[in-house]
Amino acid sequence: MTSHTAAPSSASPPESSQLPQAPGAEVLLRALKDQGVEVVFGYPGGSVLPIYDALFQQNAIRHILVRHEQAAVHAAEGYARSTGKVGCVLVTSGPGATNAVTGLADALMDSIPVVCLTGQVPTHLIGNDAFQEADTTGITRPATKHNYLVKRAGDLAHVVHEAFYVARTGRPGPVVVDLPKDILIGPAPYEPPRATPHPSYRPQTEPDAALIAEAVALMRQARKPVFYTGGGVINAGPEAAALLAELAHATGFPVTSTLMGLGAFPASDPAFLGMLGMHGTYEANMAMYECDLMVAVGVRFDDRVTGRLDAFSPGSRKIQIDIDPSSINKNVPVDVSIIADAGRGLAALLEEWRSAPPGAAPGVDREALTAWWRQIDSWRKVDCLRFEQARAPGAVIKPQYAIQRLATLMAADKRETFIATEVGQHQMWAAQFLKFDRPNHWLTSGGLGTMGYGLPAAMGAQIAHPEALVIDIAGEGSIQMNIQELGTLAQYHLPVKAFILNNQSLGMVRQWQELLHGGRYAESRTTAEPDFVKLADAYGALGLRARSVDELDGVIRTMLESPRMVVCEVAVDPAENCFPMIPSGAAHNEMILGGDRPGVPSFRGVGDPGRALV
Amino acid sequence: MPGDSNAPEVTAIIAVLVDNEPGILARVVGLFSGRGYNIESLTVAPVEEGGNLSRINIVTLGTPMVIEQIKAQLGRLVPVRRIADLTAEGPHIAREMALIKVICPHGSGEAGLKRAEALRLADAFRARVIDATTESFIFEMTGATEKLDAFLDLMRPLGLAEISRTGVAAMARGTRVI
Repeated sequence: MTSHTAAPSSASPPESSQLPQAPGAEVLLRALKDQGVEVVFGYPGGSVLPIYDALFQQNAIRHILVRHEQAAVHAAEGYARSTGKVGCVLVTSGPGATNAVTGLADALMDSIPVVCLTGQVPTHLIGNDAFQEADTTGITRPATKHNYLVKRAGDLAHVVHEAFYVARTGRPGPVVVDLPKDILIGPAPYEPPRATPHPSYRPQTEPDAALIAEAVALMRQARKPVFYTGGGVINAGPEAAALLAELAHATGFPVTSTLMGLGAFPASDPAFLGMLGMHGTYEANMAMYECDLMVAVGVRFDDRVTGRLDAFSPGSRKIQIDIDPSSINKNVPVDVSIIADAGRGLAALLEEWRSAPPGAAPGVDREALTAWWRQIDSWRKVDCLRFEQARAPGAVIKPQYAIQRLATLMAADKRETFIATEVGQHQMWAAQFLKFDRPNHWLTSGGLGTMGYGLPAAMGAQIAHPEALVIDIAGEGSIQMNIQELGTLAQYHLPVKAFILNNQSLGMVRQWQELLHGGRYAESRTTAEPDFVKLADAYGALGLRARSVDELDGVIRTMLESPRMVVCEVAVDPAENCFPMIPSGAAHNEMILGGDRPGVPSFRGVGDPGRALV
Repeated sequence: MPGDSNAPEVTAIIAVLVDNEPGILARVVGLFSGRGYNIESLTVAPVEEGGNLSRINIVTLGTPMVIEQIKAQLGRLVPVRRIADLTAEGPHIAREMALIKVICPHGSGEAGLKRAEALRLADAFRARVIDATTESFIFEMTGATEKLDAFLDLMRPLGLAEISRTGVAAMARGTRVI
């Protein structure tokens, strides 16, 4: 345990003396190439100069110079989420690494595959409080899926290969490789990825057949079923999303999705109930509350989804498929737990569902299912996302309307479209009003809720898809957390559109203060905003502004038509709240709905236990 | 079946076989502190020739749902090879060792009686005297945690001055291995 040799966890490395040698930095780049890396998001500094020198002398890997290391990680996340590949980050030691921590924690919470290479002081200085030294593996341990400190040149290539393997397999996540400068300068042996399986890390991807049979037996008996699907389906690849649609159609069950799972099931499909959870639709949450069978796929029963745990879907049997055994029975006990890749699990369910010869297996109670759909339709009639938009010239723009118009005008655009968001009210409205029909086109910070995620994530997606339309839906608060990335967008001529809903306040904070803290708006007003149009101009972008409802469509059209980077500010109603809302500590059937909705049971207020929750 | 978060807490002994790499202990300990799990005791040492594998024995306390979660979270750590819940998986042996210093000067009267009593009890508990001065003893004792606790309680009024315990090492009975 006190060993100071950084042996990689795989046994029997090849004899290093027989392998070709090159400077460590070159070996590193060769390993990255082996792993299919085309783009690295990074920022140079003293300890990584050898890598930058090696990057300078080759053309296979492109480097994108960000303006802050946090943005490098978010950009890599946007790249990864929009392509299904591993995103790659390169930062220097000390502050470079610590600045990246927020991005790493974000990728960990949302299961995004990222490999972050961090510089480190030379091995003989480690522990001496050297200039720009930080205990990077110590600091990032709880913010990564795994991390490595390379202390022997002989381990370098293998560790890099292993880092990519760990990042992309199983439940994906961020991996840090800490690289002391002497390892980068001195000779290191190169080796290709090993064919031998990892000695300890072996995620289970194939479902247990008996459990699948048990699950399908429950599905055949269900009278009020619902699929509850999430980011795991997206991480399992587009095939998994296609299988989900096939299974939903074969069974006739409704589907609801988490924030992270949007796009895995087509939003335009009549079987889609919309997003569930704190700001999910009335029909989705009521279906979760009232169902008698829940089929959870690639989800983690997050508190934003479940609301009050002891009142979560009280009458249902629960089937859960997840690749991470720790996601099963963590918050909500389930009846059938299936450890598998979401795609493999869905394929097995579908096969089992279809395996019974007609008439041989007890079929679904079609009558009950029809009654269930009738019930769902009655919930849909509540029209929970309805809002009132005054149309007179000069009328103030409702934020929902701004997103709705963006969605409509965007739909006419023939380009592939990627949407990123920051975090807050605008994010929830985007999730409610945009209709995603395909996976990997929605980039948002779900688990960590990182303001400042959207602009760099959009940048990463635009790098991966140069011809696509990439829009960051933002608030004026969030976007300023990484607004320096306008400089990166300008440098690489990336035509990202920042669509900023300006409500002159930190809207979600303001909303909670209104609902939970007696309207005492402590520090949630932002009264000295920059002139976003002038700011756009300063960065060489096109700046646009819509002040009232009559200006909105024109501004959106100009934004969509422009081949340039655009900063588009939309002044929206500062008093608007995001509904429906399940307040903290409440149950799915205790939603607050906006406006008057007679006949809908109303929320009884938030008690102290609820206020103590986040 | 795990599930009831109001279920009473139980003690579990979990054995974890890990790759002996720098930082592995920090990963395990950080997992426990970061997620708010209890550690009652923890022992760790290399167990394989060549020192590539180490075994960590953890005694923890939690509801059955939390114990399951601890095992699943340990399983997520990349260098973890195998996990055994010795408490749940069947009969097992759990032992720890303690060094116990008792200061009880040689002499007549009450002091002398205490010294003699300490030795008598040590004999009854099969604790070995591994250091003796005219002022003190160090006892070495191996056994179940409860046995050590009982002996320490008896030594307290007799001049118990210092305790060094190893924490629990444990293993399944019979032919079953981790």
